[in-house]
Amino acid sequence: MPSKNMTMVTAKPGKQELFITREFDAPRELVFKAHTDPKLYVQWLGPHGYEMILESFEPVSGGRYRYIHKDKDGNEYGFHGAFHEMSIDSMVQTFEFEGYPGHVSLDCMTLEELPGGRTKATIHSIFQSVADRDGMVQAGMEKGVREGYERLDEILETLVR
Amino acid sequence: MARTSTTHDPFNAVAEPKRRRILETLANDELTVTEIVDSLDWPQPMVSKHLGVLKKVGLVEERRAGRQRIYRVNAERLKPIFDWVTPFEHYWRESFNRLDDVLEELQKKEK
Repeated sequence: MPSKNMTMVTAKPGKQELFITREFDAPRELVFKAHTDPKLYVQWLGPHGYEMILESFEPVSGGRYRYIHKDKDGNEYGFHGAFHEMSIDSMVQTFEFEGYPGHVSLDCMTLEELPGGRTKATIHSIFQSVADRDGMVQAGMEKGVREGYERLDEILETLVR
Repeated sequence: MARTSTTHDPFNAVAEPKRRRILETLANDELTVTEIVDSLDWPQPMVSKHLGVLKKVGLVEERRAGRQRIYRVNAERLKPIFDWVTPFEHYWRESFNRLDDVLEELQKKEK
């Protein structure tokens, strides 16, 4: 059954931006902590089956980060950027996939307090061009990250036989 | 975003999260409008409006059975769209599902 905490990616055609939204059953202080405590961060970021290596992580305004997602065959996918602002009210960072160098996006994340101690996170990503955005959205395909798609995958399994 | 493009372009049509929810609801079943309304607990006019857009771009097909209209997903038209956006969404879905577990642990510790 659909969970109320659904991850939504909204990428309208012809635009340089996309939005990712997700709600959490936890107060925003904790969601923020999970984004700034390296011990917690490595526990959740990245696709299933990939080792998350946090090479550098300075979650303060002006800090830097670099992490690597490593698959079972040893293939490494590096990402890096800088934190422009890192506070509970506004997390703004640059983001660059090293497999697609020179194409940098700006990710702005906000955490909105919801009733019942819940939080809505919104990531607004702005790219340098429409092609950059589309390249990022499609990048997952090249990596062949295909297992366990949950519900959207079920659509295909049911229908595209 | 111009309305006209939404009603012609299937990519644009599924950029709206509510319409994706409808597609997901229709994934395993052919349903009437009433059944979709019951399943999602949204007002009927909202469901009908979004269904109309999905029908126009060919993502949803309608057939009549007696007095009822029954809707189903047009898989052929849908597949290229989900192939396009799903892997990226999947990345974040996987991550955030694990973040749920991390947050649950944190809350347990605080109590």
